Amino acid sequence: MSVEFDARQHVLVPKHEILSKEKAREVLERYKISPHQLPLIMSSDPVVKAIGAKPGDILQVSRNSPTAGRAIVYRYVIEE
Amino acid sequence: MMRIPKLINRVDFGLMSPDEIRKVSVTKVIAADTYDEDGYPIERGLMDSRLGVVDPGLRCRTCGSRAGDCPGHFGHVELARPVVHVGYIDSIYNCLRATCRKCGRILLQEPKLEEYRKWIVEMREAGQKWWEMTNEIVKSASTTEKCPYCGEKRALLKLEKPTTFNEGKNRLTPSDIRERLERITGDDAVLLGINSKIARPEWMVLTALPVSPVTVRPSITLESGVRSEDDLTHKLVDIIRINQRLSENIEAGAPHLIVEDLWELLQYHVTTYFDNGISGIPPARHRSGRVLRTLAQRLRGKEGRFRGNLSGKRVDFSARTVVSPDPNISINEIGVPEHIARTLSVPIRATEHNIEELRNLIRRGPDIYPGANCMISPDGKRYDLRYADCEELAKTVEPGFIVERHMMDGDVVLFNRQPSLHRMSIMAHEVKVLPGRTFRLNLSVCPPYNADFDGDEMNVHAPQREEAQAEARILMKVQEQIISPRFGGPIIGGIQDHITGAYLLTRKDTLLTREQSQQLLAAVGMFVDLPKSAVKEKGVEYWTGKQIFSMLFPKELNLTFKAKICENCARCKKEECEIDAYVVIRDGQLLHGVMDARSYKALDRCEVLDRIVKDYGTTAAREFLDRATKLSIAAAVMLGFTTSIDDEDIPPEAKERINEVLDDAREKVNKLINIYNAGELEPLPGRSLRETLEMRIMEVLAESRDRAGEIAEKYLGLDNHAVIMARTGARGSMLNLTQMAACVGQQSVRGERLSRGYRGRTLPHFKLGDLGAEARGFVSSSYKDGLKQLEFFFHAMGGREGLVDTAVRTAQSGYMQRRLINALQDLRVEYDGTVRDDRGAVVQFVYGEDGVDPAHSDNGKAVNVEKIIERVVGG
Repeated sequence: MSVEFDARQHVLVPKHEILSKEKAREVLERYKISPHQLPLIMSSDPVVKAIGAKPGDILQVSRNSPTAGRAIVYRYVIEE
Repeated sequence: MMRIPKLINRVDFGLMSPDEIRKVSVTKVIAADTYDEDGYPIERGLMDSRLGVVDPGLRCRTCGSRAGDCPGHFGHVELARPVVHVGYIDSIYNCLRATCRKCGRILLQEPKLEEYRKWIVEMREAGQKWWEMTNEIVKSASTTEKCPYCGEKRALLKLEKPTTFNEGKNRLTPSDIRERLERITGDDAVLLGINSKIARPEWMVLTALPVSPVTVRPSITLESGVRSEDDLTHKLVDIIRINQRLSENIEAGAPHLIVEDLWELLQYHVTTYFDNGISGIPPARHRSGRVLRTLAQRLRGKEGRFRGNLSGKRVDFSARTVVSPDPNISINEIGVPEHIARTLSVPIRATEHNIEELRNLIRRGPDIYPGANCMISPDGKRYDLRYADCEELAKTVEPGFIVERHMMDGDVVLFNRQPSLHRMSIMAHEVKVLPGRTFRLNLSVCPPYNADFDGDEMNVHAPQREEAQAEARILMKVQEQIISPRFGGPIIGGIQDHITGAYLLTRKDTLLTREQSQQLLAAVGMFVDLPKSAVKEKGVEYWTGKQIFSMLFPKELNLTFKAKICENCARCKKEECEIDAYVVIRDGQLLHGVMDARSYKALDRCEVLDRIVKDYGTTAAREFLDRATKLSIAAAVMLGFTTSIDDEDIPPEAKERINEVLDDAREKVNKLINIYNAGELEPLPGRSLRETLEMRIMEVLAESRDRAGEIAEKYLGLDNHAVIMARTGARGSMLNLTQMAACVGQQSVRGERLSRGYRGRTLPHFKLGDLGAEARGFVSSSYKDGLKQLEFFFHAMGGREGLVDTAVRTAQSGYMQRRLINALQDLRVEYDGTVRDDRGAVVQFVYGEDGVDPAHSDNGKAVNVEKIIERVVGG
């Protein structure tokens, strides 16, 4: 596989975005949780590398869902 | 005992040091005896009264409590020589292998050790299983030949199971082992998986043995007055006896050989005291030859402490008996035998309002049915009515007393049938006390429990607190469980005769006289005026079955759907359907179509019942179901319904045509085989020639079976009772019928025609390599005509595979479900709609991503667009 391969281009990979500090805090407050209670994603994940997220960031993943049409979930980036 | 509030910060698991064993010990045990001639415990014996008391009346010499309150206290035995602890034998082996026999350091270079230490600290912080590093350390250390610290060469160390170590030819005594373990430094111990702050390696070799309190090994007194000791006590007697002999021999300066022998014997006894199921040594036995049940046996296995007493235990306020059907009680009810109702009780608090009633119950006592078993005064004193003057006690009852009265009609109980595979396996029912000895249940609740009446037994649990009863009533009542969350459709509904009955009643040509109509409604318990008659002939009024059935519907019910009997014509004639399969319900009136499986059968599409549950609530649905089933049964009885083997009779000309079809197929198969043998068969893509031939043959034979079935079906119309059952979905299928009437068809094993048995053939009756239809398990007879001998054998082959499959499938799926449940049991949907685990971590941000409860939605979808359109436009 070529070095330039971008995981984001793949049809099965949903959209990942880094949340701003305020947005991230909002999410944590909404669910009344600490970051570690979010589902985790490793910093070595191809998509995380591609969008340049760092450990400690919170990602917003918007994906298609067979039940809801569109589902938004959050991921906490952790070190490998 | 005084209770001191304490907050547990953490729990450490370590080893007990010999000093700690002595410190917790209340006495040293020296005598290998239990009781003296007068039946009193021997001082410093195994039943020393400082170890706790089990006999009533005596007081514990340590804590001063009586039997029952005294928790028991440990003693100890000073072992004359150390012995290894079997439970830690693998750890001991690891420690010995990985360290130098002289200086006790781990046989790895210091930088390497430092690296491992760093890893362990990291893993510990991350909450990972740091002790699993040990395996790697031991593996690399045990291959080092020379100690990097003192230069000592390693010697070949072998563990001879269960407890002996040999170094070359020398045997290591437990004392040698202990010395070596003592030399291991604290830092090194951590690398070997031992936290040296709470456990030293040498503590795995015992110098003092704790003696368990008598409360864990109580002796039992038989009726004859003979005392019988617990297995553990027997084992401890052995240990102390050998220990004594060993120390005497050592003191007397006995020959080395004798001391060694006794030492080994002591090791055996201590080993079997811990675990009597170790391979490699004979299990310790009782005098009678029975294998002793020692410490490990108490904990291990299905009946052990964990699985038998902690994860699962026996409960009070429960009953179990055989179940039998009762179509006359509601689905919410359960028939309880009087005997059980007398035994199970419900506590009722006396108030001004119910006190007279309760007094009467007490007066009747425990033996006359609506009575009471027990009375509790506000100060907590229990009065057992079996041994009291009920008449007198009844006078003493005041508000505030609690009376445990017999179970009565209307009480709520939980009803359960194992295996409890889904939540509908335990549902709440209302008690109805009935004569007899069995639990009675409505036939409609058979599917959720998966119950039948061939001897099934079920359990009842009586919730005691008002809170538990209310919870059962609101959440667990049968009517609340009509819709299964598994597929969003009814799991409770009509079955078998309920479907046929409804079909017979709602058929186009069913006309009922006034008397008949009223009789049907009376069977349902509806004593209401009949609607206007639909037909009037020669001055006699007639009502249609549809009119009668419509009286059960809610007044505003509107539905349009296709019944089960629908033949899926290319162009639907809708209201003009010849077989009346197009169902139209307007304003609660069944205008067209028949009621069958599509309308209210459990586990089917269940249009009518489903709609009623969702639009009119569970109470309306329960009423509808109770009435509809009763009405259908009454209709079937009134209109007459029977079936027998002659339902599958077909005329001779049909037989002939079927035989023609089958002969035709046989010929086609032979032709195919000839083409194949001539090498002219065109292979299908991706298949070998042989596979292609098999597929083509299977195709031909399957088609011929279907055609034979079709011919038979032409003679089996909807006036045939067996066909009515199959077509309405009540029981059986058309395939079942055609197999009886026309042709059974190809038998298969693993999806292929039969081929195994002899070399190149299934049975010696055929030629080698015969690929014809008969030779490979095609059964052309029908069940009704009977199978030929060879066909019968082939049929048994196919049948056997089915049996094996179901057996294997249940075992596999059972295990799979167990693991799934273990993994998911802590997940729950919080009030904010998120799914979280036990630490509060989010698993799903919205349950199922759409937040829809499948039990409260149409087919699991958030909205049912068609329903809304139909409602707005008006169908």
